[in-house]
Amino acid sequence: MNDNKPILRYNANERSNHWVVAILFVLAGLSGLALFHPALFWLSNLFGGGPWTRILHPFIGVAMFVFFLGLVLRFWRANFITANDRLWLRRVDQVMLNKEEGVPPIGKYNAGQKLLFWTLLVCMLVLLVSGVVIWRAYFSHLFGIEVIRLSALLHALAAFVLILSIIVHIYAGIWIKGSIGAMLHGWVSRAWARKHHELWYREVTGDKTPGNHGRKEG
Amino acid sequence: MASQDIIARSATTTVPPSVRQQQEVAKLIDTTKCIGCKACQVACSEWNELRDEVGHNHGTYDNPQDLTAETWTLMRFTEHERDDGNLEWLIRKDGCMHCAEPGCLKACPSPGAIIKHANGIVDFNQDHCIGCGYCITGCPFNIPRISQKDHKAYKCTLCSDRVTVGLEPACVKTCPTGAIVFGTKDEMKVHAAERIVDLKSRGYDKAGLYDPDGVGGTHVMYVLHHADTPKLYAGLPDQPVISPLVGLWKGFTKPLALLAMGAAVLAGFFHYVRVGPQRVEEDEHPIPADESVHQVDPSVHVYDPTKPGGQGEQRP
Repeated sequence: MNDNKPILRYNANERSNHWVVAILFVLAGLSGLALFHPALFWLSNLFGGGPWTRILHPFIGVAMFVFFLGLVLRFWRANFITANDRLWLRRVDQVMLNKEEGVPPIGKYNAGQKLLFWTLLVCMLVLLVSGVVIWRAYFSHLFGIEVIRLSALLHALAAFVLILSIIVHIYAGIWIKGSIGAMLHGWVSRAWARKHHELWYREVTGDKTPGNHGRKEG
Repeated sequence: MASQDIIARSATTTVPPSVRQQQEVAKLIDTTKCIGCKACQVACSEWNELRDEVGHNHGTYDNPQDLTAETWTLMRFTEHERDDGNLEWLIRKDGCMHCAEPGCLKACPSPGAIIKHANGIVDFNQDHCIGCGYCITGCPFNIPRISQKDHKAYKCTLCSDRVTVGLEPACVKTCPTGAIVFGTKDEMKVHAAERIVDLKSRGYDKAGLYDPDGVGGTHVMYVLHHADTPKLYAGLPDQPVISPLVGLWKGFTKPLALLAMGAAVLAGFFHYVRVGPQRVEEDEHPIPADESVHQVDPSVHVYDPTKPGGQGEQRP
């Protein structure tokens, strides 16, 4: 076994796509939060004032959706829920405590990452559709007032769920050392892959030997 | 404008200045006296220096067809056939109702773009307007319009500039039949009550005042011959309220959502403090490779062109 040879987890296109979406999310999130609650209206100053925030937000949102679709096309196959995922979710309390007893080996993504993927997809779709309806400059005149009111509500709700999900996503990156590197430069260590994504590790390395899963960690 | 203290302000969570007491004003529109001459529309355009584009005649007396950013008041004509077969021409001067609980103000995300004065006038401050159109979403009467020229919202100001200096609104000033009157809200209610007694004595049993409770009352009120069915008057809402969807969108849910987002960030921070990060131990103390053992990396396949039949399993 060569423990020093790292594994490429994300190639350059995948990484770039992810970070384009991430940057657009931050911009859409900040401009959206400016209009979400008066306490955050000052964020509109980051975009050149209230009118510019209103003008830019929907365009940023549409761009985010388009690039997010790129991520969906790249990763959706790896995000099907499997039997192992249900077991993983039942053991999520162990995972949260950095313990590994009874936590099943997982593939490229664990159940938490998969749920995040599908939650993001639903939120993005709701945001796109409701956002078009409440896009006053171009589209709102095409819709009835009740549809617009419902869309305004759904837009805020989906944005709330999306932001919460991304908070979890960012924290998971900070918590699990090595995962930010996977998305920044693309490489993970073999030990990292074996520990966090054992089935994926065996798949990409062709390693048939059962891993050291279940070994107690400190 | 000390005479028009602001007592409510859009997208503002603290209490605005509200010490001074002021009498609420109201405009009373008596639909039973209106002759549909549109002098009020002209007076509004003239005083506010608005010149809407000349449109087309669509075969009705409504002209223009709808309120716009440059038409803040509009006569809406309804031909109503009564049960006894007689025709009634119901004419309603449409425009902002200046609600005590304005849906536009509740929905507006821009601090100070919509204000309510102590005298009850609801005013748009276009300088602070960002053009999102949420006021339209919030309004139960379908009044605000976004201008295609400057993307700001406009509507009737109840001539707040005139009222400030003790004048009546331009439409009131010009009305030739006295169908539009202006004064304190209490006076207008008394005036309306007298009109309603008169109307009832002349056979309009259902005559009444339109001052809907659902929006806390309005500072533009109607005397209607058919107060039991306001809908007759070109769709005047029977029981206008701020839509529950808007209430949910702009109500208690938003501070709760902010709190939840903040809590999520804090939860992450304290998880890190209490449980700590997940590190892969081997990364920090890599197990040194044993030189005596020949290592085979199964992911590495070596192709040696010097060996014949190089298609097969070839590993170093």
